[in-house]
Parts: sequence; C-alpha cells; structure tokens
Amino acid sequence: MNTFRLGGVHPQENKLASENAIELFPLQQKAVVFVSQHLGAPSTPIVQKGDRVKTGQLLAKAEAFICANTHSPYTGIITKIDFATDFNGYKKPAFFIDVEADEWCEEIDTSDDIVREIKLSSKEIVERIKDRGIVGLGGAAFPTHVKYMIPEDKKAEYLVINAAECEPYLTSDNRVILEHTEEVLIGIEIMKKALNINKAKIGIEANKQKAIEALRKLLPQYPGTEVVDLKTKYPQGAEKQLIYALTKREVPSGKLPIEVGCVVNNIGTAFAIYQAVQKNRPLIDNILTFTGKGVANNKNLLVRVGTSIQSIIDYCGGLPENTGKVINGGPMMGKAMMDLSAPTTKTTSSILVMTTEEASRKKTTNCLRCGKCVSACPMGLEPIQIALLSKQERWEEAEKECAMDCIECGSCLFTCPAGQPLLDIIRIAKSKIGAIRRARSKK
Amino acid sequence: MALLKVSGSPHVQSKDTTQSIMWSVVIALIPALLVGVYFFGLRVLAVTAVSVTACILFEWLIQKFLLKGEQTISDGSAIITGMLLAFNLPSNIPFYIVIIGALVAIGIGKMTFGGLGKNPFNPALVGRVFLFLSFPTNVAMSEWPKANPLFGGEKIVDALTGPTPLSMIKNGESLDLINMFIGSTGGSFGEVSAIAIILGGLFMLLRKVISWHIPVAFIGSAWLFAGILYLAGITVDPTTHILAGGLMLGAIFMATDMATSPITKTGQIVFGVGCGLLTIIFRCFGPMPEGVSFAILIMNAVTPLINKICKPKKFGY
Repeated sequence: MNTFRLGGVHPQENKLASENAIELFPLQQKAVVFVSQHLGAPSTPIVQKGDRVKTGQLLAKAEAFICANTHSPYTGIITKIDFATDFNGYKKPAFFIDVEADEWCEEIDTSDDIVREIKLSSKEIVERIKDRGIVGLGGAAFPTHVKYMIPEDKKAEYLVINAAECEPYLTSDNRVILEHTEEVLIGIEIMKKALNINKAKIGIEANKQKAIEALRKLLPQYPGTEVVDLKTKYPQGAEKQLIYALTKREVPSGKLPIEVGCVVNNIGTAFAIYQAVQKNRPLIDNILTFTGKGVANNKNLLVRVGTSIQSIIDYCGGLPENTGKVINGGPMMGKAMMDLSAPTTKTTSSILVMTTEEASRKKTTNCLRCGKCVSACPMGLEPIQIALLSKQERWEEAEKECAMDCIECGSCLFTCPAGQPLLDIIRIAKSKIGAIRRARSKK
Repeated sequence: MALLKVSGSPHVQSKDTTQSIMWSVVIALIPALLVGVYFFGLRVLAVTAVSVTACILFEWLIQKFLLKGEQTISDGSAIITGMLLAFNLPSNIPFYIVIIGALVAIGIGKMTFGGLGKNPFNPALVGRVFLFLSFPTNVAMSEWPKANPLFGGEKIVDALTGPTPLSMIKNGESLDLINMFIGSTGGSFGEVSAIAIILGGLFMLLRKVISWHIPVAFIGSAWLFAGILYLAGITVDPTTHILAGGLMLGAIFMATDMATSPITKTGQIVFGVGCGLLTIIFRCFGPMPEGVSFAILIMNAVTPLINKICKPKKFGY
C-alpha cells in the first residue's frame, strides 16, 4: 500500500463519529463573522453598520493577491463592525449580525439538484473560486484561487486531492465523500479543468473503506481521476508526505508542490468548489465534527460560519463533567480553544472534547537519547538535536539542523517516552530563526 | 465549570514512558537470571539482589545529598544497571566487591554526568571493568564457577571453579556448542545462556525497546571477522566465539543501551560493527581472553562522533 517514505506514528484512530450522517445545525439569532477568515492579507469590509444583508451577500472583499472574500451566512442587520475574540484569544475585526431570516441572494442556486455540466472556462472557474471566497478546508485556510494561478515557468501535472483524514477523531471528509460522492467528483473535474490537466489522484487512508468504495463506484464516469488507498499512518495527509505517497515525488525544501507539478487541495475544498462553480454558492458554512470519548453524542454538523462554539456545544448536550480541554481540529495538530464563546469560521473543522485525564501530558524525565523522535520525524529531522540547540539559544545551528523544514506534525512529541516537549521547543526555534532570517534579508 | 487547559499540539501522546521502557528491560533480563540460578545456584539471586539494592540506594543517596534533585529511582534504570552488573559477575563473588561495583557504576558511570540519559558510558560496564581491573588477582574476577544444575546431577555445596569457554578458546581447546547455547558452561552467571538472552532480546524487540540494528550488526560482524581469522588458522570457529563470554549479553543488552548508542539506524549499524570487530580483535590479539566490555565502552566514546556523521536523510534535500 502507498505511504510516505520517512517516519510517522500511529495514534489511536478514534473515528467515533464516522457513521453519523451530517445534521443541519439550526439557524441562530445572532452571528459574529470575522472579516478575514483566511491565511494572507486582510479583506476589506464593503458593508456598514446598519446595513441589511442577505444570505450569501459579499461582506468583505479581497483586494490583495493572497486574500479571500467573506460572505454573509445569514439575512439580517449589521449591528456593528467591531473586534471579537477568536478561540485562540486573539481580537479580530468582525461583523456582528442580528439574524432576521434566511433569504439567499437570487443568483445562488439553493436546490439539491446535481449540476453535472461544467459551463465555465478555466479562467472563469478560477474567477468564480475567488469570488465565492473559497479557502482550503484542510485547516490552513489558504485562499484556493491562488493555487490555481500557476506561475508561467511551472506546469501542473497532477491534481492531488487530500482525503487522507489522518488526524484521529475527525470524520468530516469521510462524511462529505459518503453523502456527496458525485458532487465531490464533479468538483474534482472542475479543478482539473481550471488547471487544464486530466490527471487527479485522490489519496485516502485505508481505514475509510466505505468512502473508497463509494468513490470507486462512480469513478468510471470520471476518466483520469484515480483513488489511491493509503496506509493508515500519521501524517499521511501532510502535503509533502501525501504528494510523495501518491507520486513518489519529493517537494524540495522550502518549495511549493507546484515545483514537482502538483496542486494539492482537500476533498472538502473540492465540494466547496463544486458548490461555488455549479451553484454559485459562497463558502458560508462547513462540516464540523463534535466528538470526544466523554461526550454523549458524537455528531457531524453542517454549521453556518459565525455560530458560537458554545451554542454548538449546548446543542450537542453540553460538555461532560470531566472536560479538560476543547480542541479545534484533530488531536495531533489542532489548537486548544481558549474561549468557547468565539464564533466558528470557514475552517472550524471540529470541536474535540478531551477528558481531564487525556488533557494532561505524561511526566517529563531526562531525554533517554532513544532516538524515537528521529525515527518518527516524517521530514527526516532530528527533533532532539534541534531542541538541545534551542535550549542553549543556538538558533543558527538549529537552522543548520533544518528546523525550518519542521511541519509541526507533532510525531516527535507524540512518540517521546520521556515526555520531552520537543515540538513546543522547535516552534520557539522556528519563530526565532524566522526573525533572524528577516533581519538577514533586510541587510 | 473548571478551567480548560490550553497547550500546543499534539494533544495526545504514545503510551510509552521512561518507566515502561525500563521495566520492559527488567522483564527481558529475567530468563537469563533464571538460567543463572539453575546452573549456579541460589547465590545468583543473592548477588543480584545485593547489586540491585546497592545501585538503587546509591542513586537515591547521590540524588538526595549531592545533586539535590528530584528522586529518579522510580524510573527503573538503577534496577537494570544493578541486574546487568550482577550478570557480569561470577556467582561466588564476595558481596563487598559487588557493592563497590555498584558504587562505581551508579556514582561514576551514571550520576556524575547527571543521571539517566546523560551518561556517555554504559554504567554497568563501567562498574564491571572497574572490578575487573581492580581485583585481577582476586579469585573473584579471574576464576569462574563451573555450571552445575540445581535440579539434576549431584549437588555440591562449594562451587567448583574451572576454565571458561574464552580461556579455553585462548588455549585452543574445543567446546560443546549446545551447552554454550543453553548456558551449561563456566562464566559470569548472566552471560552463559545464549538462548535466555535471545529470548529477552526478542521480547524487547517486540516491545520496540530496542531495534535489530545493533545486535545484528554486532553479532554478525563478530561472526564474520572471527570466521576470517578462523580460516586463516588464528582462532576457533566463529560460532563458538559468538556464543562464548559476554558477547550475547553485550550485543543484546549492553550495546543497545539507548543513552550510550547512536540515534539513527545507520549509526547503530556502524556502532554494532565497531563493537563486533573490536571484540574479536581484543579476544584474538589482546592479552585477556574477553574483550566485549572494552569494545562497547570504546564504541560508547565514539557515539557522539557517529551521531554527527550518520545523520538521517532529510526530506526534500
């Protein structure tokens, strides 16, 4: 079975919600929509306090190159544009909306009919992706249209679709494939057309056999698209690792996938692109997994952007008594939430509830120099070496040990028997080295 | 509701802990201990108990009064050092010598450098070599008791001493390989049984406490090199070599010590081959019959260098 070349770990899979169909989360009375919900330059608000907006109406516009549009998830009045706290505790500008109704803009097709014929040209597709505010739903929230504007000296050969869903607990990709199989495949056709290529590879971990079967059943109608089973191993869905597993090509250090002729998108993004291009639907909702060993009901929910995390928790029966930590994303790379009143964004993929017991790290002892972190690193780095140098603030040497190639997958910290906070230290090293590099380039 | 925890990812960790690894090694050492008891009598248990107790006590005392750090005896590593030190000794050794060995192993071999994981040399080997060099004329470290099964044959009160396979190799005498494999032979009581040591090694492999690289490289290179010398008429056959003396125990339990062996798999192979070659060189050309301890200690010293040279192949370069 295909897999990546170096390292990797196998945490408990815990796909507790994988059998649960996507539920529509009830519409809310109030919404808080961050002006910018992507990686890149901030978007510019184009509506004002007191304006009445419709569902799907443009609220903030992308003016820079790496930037994305933001649309209204509801129909209602903008009561204010002010700072709101995100779940990481950062204050960011947001639209506060008093919801009145759910009237969609006329140009949006809200029916369930599947539109199969792709009418738009390559160029129009990219324009539409940009216009509808699509960002990468794998977690990074990178504006999708940018990936489809290939530099002139580069050539795309493969569209790589990330359906690995290698993070434990997360099940939203699995549900999208099962419940929207055809739309996802049409989305991939659209992406191929945008790139003027015919080859697409969907990489999917072997623990999702039902999803693999569902896709394979429809594949004959989509020549050029291939589904590849991948070994269930973390981080199978990390961009560079996935490209290697599917094409045996190695993205050079510091370069983007296009260097080896690949464009990578998440399978959830393929569905969003289908909706944007075929239905003219902006990205105003996403599928979120509410899960955890202690929660009463594991659920997959379709939630509008701007819904408070707390209201989702309440809807799902509240947090259990012994809750120790609440995470957005998977347990390997997700972020621990600081503020549960914060609203969801386009990329809030899960609410993972961990018990107090799970939330505590193991006891830290002296490093045993066992080398498990080195064997686990999918980038072939020596985490312990980088950490030792960093503890002595030898940043330049840590840079020579290729600290900047770290993808922060967490395999080292996961595997360390001595409980050394390896990734925590490497993150500090990366930010220090980043500052050193910026100072260097100024000279 | 209680406050939520916030920390960097990852939010899950593997089940392995320092303690679980150390206890796996202790369990892996038990077959060799039992075979030792079978062939050399209950004094084996007494020697092991004295050695382990002394190691734990010295670590506790040094941590309490000299380093003044958090107590570390519960991690189980002192038990391993104690067991391995004992396994390298003859069963008739006086207890005071065992205690001196434990003090050197833990005091100088381990705690001087800051404790577990920071020691450059395998502590048990430091203790063993110290005793070997300090008591050369003493009965204890130069003459070894003969194997004498507890539950078979005639029982004798006083242990008999006799030549070990290695001194017989030195004298060019032939040996019974089957007896060496089982452990019915003279020597340190923990070293004699290849089968018991291999059994322990397989358990550690299964628990992923060790990988195959060091033992295979060590034993394989020793066998090959001894084989070449055998064909040249210099020494006995290579299989006798790898079953004799401390080679099995050294290759599986001592050379694989995490703290004192290289980090990468390539490094571990280089390390193992170095140990194998040096052992045979010492045995065939050195003044003493055994060379495993010195071979491993020398390779321990080279480990930082190996770590520097044998880097993993990085992704994207």
